[in-house]
Amino acid sequence: MANVKFRSKKRKERASNIIVYSILILISAVWLIPFLILIIQSFSGGSGMASNTIFPRRWTFNNYVRLFTETKFLIWYGNTMLVSVVVTIVQTVIVLMTSYALSRLRFKMRKPLMNIMLILGMFPGFLSMTAVYFVLKEINLTQNLFGLILVYSASSAMQYYICKGFFDTIPKSLDEAARIDGASRHTVLVKIILPLAKPIIIYTILTAFIAPWGEYMFSSFIMLGDSDKYTVAVGMKSWIDNSVLASDYFTVFCAAAVVVSIPITALFIWLQRYYVEGITGGSVKG
Amino acid sequence: MDLEYLKMSPLEKFWFNFKNFFKRLPAAFSAFFKGIPKKLYKLWLGFFGIFINIGKAAKDGDWKTRLSFGAMGFGLIARKQYLRGIFYLVFEICFVLYMVFFGWKYLSKMGSLGEVARVEVWDEDLGIFTYKYYDNSLLILLYSLLTLFIMVGFVFVWYQNVKGSYLTQQFEEAKLKLPDIKAELRSYANENYHKSLLSIPLLGLIVFTILPIFFMIFIAFTNFDKVHYPPKELFQWVGMDNFVNVLGGGISANSKVFAYTFGEVLLWTIVWAVLATFTNYILGMVVAILINKKGVRGKKVFRTILVMTIAVPQFVSLMFMSQLLSEQGLLNNILLNWGWISKPIPFLTDGTAAKITVVVVNMWIGIPYSMLICTGILMNIPEDLYESARMDGASPVRAYMKITLPYMLHITTPYLITQFIGNLNNFNVIFLLTGGNPSSLDMQFAGKTDLLITWLYKLTVSESQYGLASVIGIFTFIIVAVLSLILYNRSKSVKNEEDFM
Repeated sequence: MANVKFRSKKRKERASNIIVYSILILISAVWLIPFLILIIQSFSGGSGMASNTIFPRRWTFNNYVRLFTETKFLIWYGNTMLVSVVVTIVQTVIVLMTSYALSRLRFKMRKPLMNIMLILGMFPGFLSMTAVYFVLKEINLTQNLFGLILVYSASSAMQYYICKGFFDTIPKSLDEAARIDGASRHTVLVKIILPLAKPIIIYTILTAFIAPWGEYMFSSFIMLGDSDKYTVAVGMKSWIDNSVLASDYFTVFCAAAVVVSIPITALFIWLQRYYVEGITGGSVKG
Repeated sequence: MDLEYLKMSPLEKFWFNFKNFFKRLPAAFSAFFKGIPKKLYKLWLGFFGIFINIGKAAKDGDWKTRLSFGAMGFGLIARKQYLRGIFYLVFEICFVLYMVFFGWKYLSKMGSLGEVARVEVWDEDLGIFTYKYYDNSLLILLYSLLTLFIMVGFVFVWYQNVKGSYLTQQFEEAKLKLPDIKAELRSYANENYHKSLLSIPLLGLIVFTILPIFFMIFIAFTNFDKVHYPPKELFQWVGMDNFVNVLGGGISANSKVFAYTFGEVLLWTIVWAVLATFTNYILGMVVAILINKKGVRGKKVFRTILVMTIAVPQFVSLMFMSQLLSEQGLLNNILLNWGWISKPIPFLTDGTAAKITVVVVNMWIGIPYSMLICTGILMNIPEDLYESARMDGASPVRAYMKITLPYMLHITTPYLITQFIGNLNNFNVIFLLTGGNPSSLDMQFAGKTDLLITWLYKLTVSESQYGLASVIGIFTFIIVAVLSLILYNRSKSVKNEEDFM
């Protein structure tokens, strides 16, 4: 009797596992197929969107050749890379400084400061964009990569939240021990906190580096009208917006998408562990 | 009370909580407003303290201290506190020069925003009429604000200077040793370390976030638009006109349309934020549970497949989707070719269909992300909770509703709130996918999938309606702020922030 019950339970378990597997495979397919189509289309010999099959009739590298010879893609790629690297450095330093100050130092304005930044975060970012644009225009930094870098890194202090959360989890007794030994606050930050904060530093670097690649709102506004200064997002969108180009450039667009995605995806998968730690640590409390 | 609550059926419980939420609202609001006088009193005390300090310094200060009321830093320099003393002095000189040669010129025109924009003059050499430009309302407003900010900063530094002078005087009178330059410098790595760390981040924040926000708030009270565009034309203060127009009380026929558009866009923004947040959250959790199920092999493979889709830059996926789903896009072409449909499906061109498409594509973008977050937390739920639930004969669905969901909701409330607020302002998904389209004839400069933020973008970038756009921006802020205040106050895990430290 017990044996029968045991067997039926096992069978039930197997049945439920099969259902779970099929759902998971279906999900994986739904998530992967669009990207597969993207990659396949980037090798398509058909002209643009006119094709009506998943697999092209003719395979070719032509789209990639066109991408690097006919378009300004390489310039845009260089622009975005430059902006990304500089913003990453500046933003990481600023975020670490702000987080340490808000997590470890006690001063009168600490709480009000955190509240102010919380409130500032509720203003739609674009609201301030017009004013920033005119400020940049006054100092001749519109249509200029340095201007874009300035805009991206200027408000980095507001990204302190996740990093501060991490600093909060580092035991304070470590600081106190070092302070008793005569270390200054600065020494504590450099010699004790930073070495322990490696995961969150990598997380900050990763998110700061990826952000400019996908940002459209600010960069399109600042670079308006100068296609030599576009970032990849703005440039690729300009192909789509142009109804003449849109259909013809579809396959080239796919090729560009592949070229943009490869390094970022590789970087991301390499540092995945830190990213997961960062977002799970930062999105919960306690 | 607790026992009664436990006896209720789920529906009754829901109704009970629902009623309670609204019952508690007035109390919460009144508590908030009751707290205001206390806060004001505290503020006043702080304010009062400043004047007491200044008064003391004026009464008991010796000539060195008193002189630093006018010549900043004098008291400090006279007592060999060179570092701060010279800083204050240089700061004062710079401030005076700035005000005389630059600041005052603009600040004095702030009330009128300029008198003459440009004058046509006959150019003898070229033999044509050219324009000579005078007042630029935009720059007047911008620099006036900058000057006001600098003035506030000056008053702050001036107060620090008076306080510092008086303090060093007291030190001297008490025969205490004053710190030398070395010790003073060292203090910026110790008790004053926050000043060295935060000055640069805050400067960036003030110039590129706070100043612009103030500027745009002021713009909301002007008629800055395509017609009144400096440097060709001036714009003027118009009081509350823009607000009245947006709310439908304006005289022009446009005002009614504008109010209607605002209502439609606002409604869709909120519907979108709720849908986008909860579909992603719930389904992401379900996927995480499926992957984590005991006995399922290849967990890592499934997870990596989903994570890979996060790694692809969002704008790439979004723009590709917009191409794939367009009327002549690949998907419609393939389906037509296979003969499954006879005419293209209007994924992005029909109002309702576009709204559904946006939510579904957002799920495709967002589920891997929430899956990742849920996975880590799910593993923390003690296994014996499920064990005992199974013993008592609870079905998996019941276990999910009674154990998993409450636990997850409790832990991830901050995440949900930030997601919700992020979705209210989710520019990328809407703009890159549909561009706010399909456009509608009943609405002004807005399409059927436009959120407040994308409408704001269009009003600014393509319509140059700066005044109206600022009003929309301010309303967006108020809505986001009110919603997040309510949500934050209701979530316990946020309230206990300090416990965690």
